[in-house]
Amino acid sequence: MANHGVNIGPFWKDGPSAGSFYNFPGNSTNQSANDYGKQASTGPITTGTSIVAVKYDRGVIIAGDMLVSYGSLARYHNVDRVFQINENIILGITGDYADFQFIKQVIDETILADFSMDDKIAMKPKDLYTWLTRVLYNRRSRFNPLWLDMVVGGMQYDEPFLGHINFRGRAYTSDVISTGFGTHLALPILRERSEKGTMSEADAQEVVKKSMEVLFYRDCRGYPRYSQANINDQGCTVTKHDVQQNWDVAYLIKGY
Amino acid sequence: MIGVNQFPEYKVPGAVQHQFNPYENNGGSIVAIAGDDFAVIGADTRLSAGYNIFSRDHSKLFTMTSKAVLASCGNWGDSDTLSSFLKYKVQQYADAHENREISLNALAQLMSTMMYGRRFFPYYVSNILAGTYEGKGYVYSYDPIGHCERHTYRAGGSSAALLQPILDNQIGLKNMEQKPNVPLTVDRAVDLVTDAFISAAERDIYTGDGVNISIITNNGVENRRVQLRKD
Repeated sequence: MANHGVNIGPFWKDGPSAGSFYNFPGNSTNQSANDYGKQASTGPITTGTSIVAVKYDRGVIIAGDMLVSYGSLARYHNVDRVFQINENIILGITGDYADFQFIKQVIDETILADFSMDDKIAMKPKDLYTWLTRVLYNRRSRFNPLWLDMVVGGMQYDEPFLGHINFRGRAYTSDVISTGFGTHLALPILRERSEKGTMSEADAQEVVKKSMEVLFYRDCRGYPRYSQANINDQGCTVTKHDVQQNWDVAYLIKGY
Repeated sequence: MIGVNQFPEYKVPGAVQHQFNPYENNGGSIVAIAGDDFAVIGADTRLSAGYNIFSRDHSKLFTMTSKAVLASCGNWGDSDTLSSFLKYKVQQYADAHENREISLNALAQLMSTMMYGRRFFPYYVSNILAGTYEGKGYVYSYDPIGHCERHTYRAGGSSAALLQPILDNQIGLKNMEQKPNVPLTVDRAVDLVTDAFISAAERDIYTGDGVNISIITNNGVENRRVQLRKD
């Protein structure tokens, strides 16, 4: 000790003594994690919001805006949440972005191993969908969930495929899928169109554009810029779009 | 020095304390009826959680063999896992027994054992297994931890309390002075299942959209689809 053998105690109640570290209140590091067990993370931290996805007559579109939030803070801008995985698969994610970066690395390794077989057979969306279902279910069963809503799309041979898996391992396939706030705001728009009959590529583009517009106006964690992956028998593209904003009626809003 | 032994297991300082809820109620209802030489089993096709409907065309029926169909609802992740695991076991049996199908009663016991294997972290599901064994119709129902019981008719899932009384009245002929002695036909069983689901969809928000019905006879499994209200 630096106080020449005289114990003068802490500077204040529960505070640090001279020359020693201060244990901040609320910090649990003064308790060794190894002695009694561990506390696993149980909630999302940096998050991406809704994903919108539709199947059309010969392909699939997945769209998601480019914001990653930290609670209500718009933390990271222009971040991709929609990806092409290989020539057959596209993927969109909602939820904890760190969990996504972890699983994306594992997926990319798998795809590389698949490609390295050099057998001209690429993984299909249903393969990734079932695999991700097992991963997310196993993680939730170990009480250490990957806090993600994953939307897998692509071409299963000549048929479009679209599936959704949540962090509890709940998995299903559907013609239209939306996650997060999109389940409330975008799904009604997508279903209204979907129930009229099969969509063409142009119909799908239009209904996704409308959904992203509504989500930008009404979701507080939304963002005007979004990326959109489109996959069909002709190939796959990932493009960036901006919501056409219209604030003409803003002048009518008074009294705030 | 504090030690682990001074605390009950669940109060040890730093012990894993989770707010995370691994379960999710995805709703859904299931019904099965056994006849003399057939069985009919039905499940609605709605997949939901809270006030959200994820899918209106989601099958909860799993054809295990040419004589056995499983209906499973509750936590969909668990239903999915359990049914896949059971299908794998059915295949394993076939591979070990010169491609013979596992019998309905063996499958019924197998499922009970599998479910009880997760006694302390149960599959949160309501299961009914229906089919034929040696030409006769059977229905087995389960609770989430694997208690298995044989019945002639059974309802399960979110609308169990709405569906079971209909079956008690129409098939069980409970509390009746004069009981009509008419054997149950396939057509009547299918009509009953359909009507029961129509009634349940009227009052239960977790049941609706459609019903998948499997009819198991000695000729195999026949599948039908009936539409329900979609609100």
